[in-house]
Amino acid sequence: MSEIIRIETPLTQKRLKSLKVGDNVLLNGVIYTGRDAAHKKMVEALEQGEDLPFAMEDQIIYFVGPTPAKEGQVIGSAGPTTSGRMDAYSPKLIARGLTGMIGKGLRSPDVIEAMKKHGAVYFGAIGGAGALIAKCIVSAEVIAYPELGPEAVRRLVVKDFPVMVIIDHDGNNLYEIGKAQYRRA
Amino acid sequence: MKEILVEEIISAVENLCIEANYNLGSDIMAGFNQALKDERSPLGREVLERLIENAEIAQEERVPMCQDTGMAVLFVSIGQDLHVVGGGLTEAINEGVRRGYDKGYLRKSVVKDPFERVNTGDNTPAVIHYDIVPGDELHLIVAPKGFGSENMGGLKMCKPSEGLEGAMQFVVDTVDRAGGNPCPPIIVGVGVGGTMEKATFLAKKGLLREVGIHNPEKRLANIEKELLNRVNRLGIGPQGFGGVTTALAVNLEVYPTHIAGMPVAVNIGCHATRHKEITLQGRACQ
Repeated sequence: MSEIIRIETPLTQKRLKSLKVGDNVLLNGVIYTGRDAAHKKMVEALEQGEDLPFAMEDQIIYFVGPTPAKEGQVIGSAGPTTSGRMDAYSPKLIARGLTGMIGKGLRSPDVIEAMKKHGAVYFGAIGGAGALIAKCIVSAEVIAYPELGPEAVRRLVVKDFPVMVIIDHDGNNLYEIGKAQYRRA
Repeated sequence: MKEILVEEIISAVENLCIEANYNLGSDIMAGFNQALKDERSPLGREVLERLIENAEIAQEERVPMCQDTGMAVLFVSIGQDLHVVGGGLTEAINEGVRRGYDKGYLRKSVVKDPFERVNTGDNTPAVIHYDIVPGDELHLIVAPKGFGSENMGGLKMCKPSEGLEGAMQFVVDTVDRAGGNPCPPIIVGVGVGGTMEKATFLAKKGLLREVGIHNPEKRLANIEKELLNRVNRLGIGPQGFGGVTTALAVNLEVYPTHIAGMPVAVNIGCHATRHKEITLQGRACQ
């Protein structure tokens, strides 16, 4: 197990270039949520020259649609959703300065190319561990598209949110490396 | 002839939706613990430990184990000597889902139209499979289905000449293509035979079977064991980070089919494959 690296957001180009595939990271600070419908809206806004819900430069988007918070909770269960559904949109946000994405599952060659070209990292959080991950979220506030309900864009403050570098800015991919190491098919 | 009030059905469905989302089955927990012993990847073992911890938090704090609390899928077996009074059965089931997803703080993940994609706001309608059976009882299974795994399933209308090997290869290829997307370790439901829709129904039914219980027919149980072995040689591992635990179980269901065909369906369940059930007794007619 590699050493644990603590990172404060925003995630700068300099910082992300020091991250390598397989690194264990604890994220701290502000990150934003967005999934299918919010990505569609953000990219439509870009195409029409409108403002985005937040400036993309050096920011991290967490692909998540949480459950409603119970009384006394900051947020409900909040594990990552499948990132591949955002593949059609992510390259456009990366080109606008997005430096980090947190999700689960495979990414397309177009996304990986954009990450290499502009400098971005793909982090994996543990899919299905929604109750556990919620404990790392200190605050949550809907900042855009409230009509989307669970898909609204939220500004989260996280404390020691455990993620792993799945694809680094050089395009090294833990899914390929890990699978090759244990494959006997 | 007996009867049952819709209120009783509504309340049962409400409760099953909540309990299924808060409490992971003991069979899957046992599967995690066995996998912890078998998994060779240190990272894979760490993931399994986190999944156990997550399920324990969900149970103790009564919160959903996963934020994708699913589309509610119901398997309803109604005795032919039971009369539902006070309203429609389908309406009662949907009302139970509506109340369960509200009171349980579960996510509303259903859109009204697949193209226009506006959220219905109450997680209805449910997908309901009815079966008419002898007797005067009502058996309900609620199986909330997340779509990270649902999206990775597949169907192949195999030619009979492809045989058992062709069917098995399709199952293994489907799991291989899914990689880390469906949140491994997964449960693989496989339906073979019938017609196109029957095969997919059987695959879904396979996900209801407890982990560790094989098909009662020995020949089919052996196919399940062979498939589990092959799937776990793919190297995908917990969360797709690499390892020998890609699936906890492969559950195969079969049905007679046409001389010209061999439909093969694969329905993948994530590590939070949830289902809770209850049998409701009718009472003497008033």
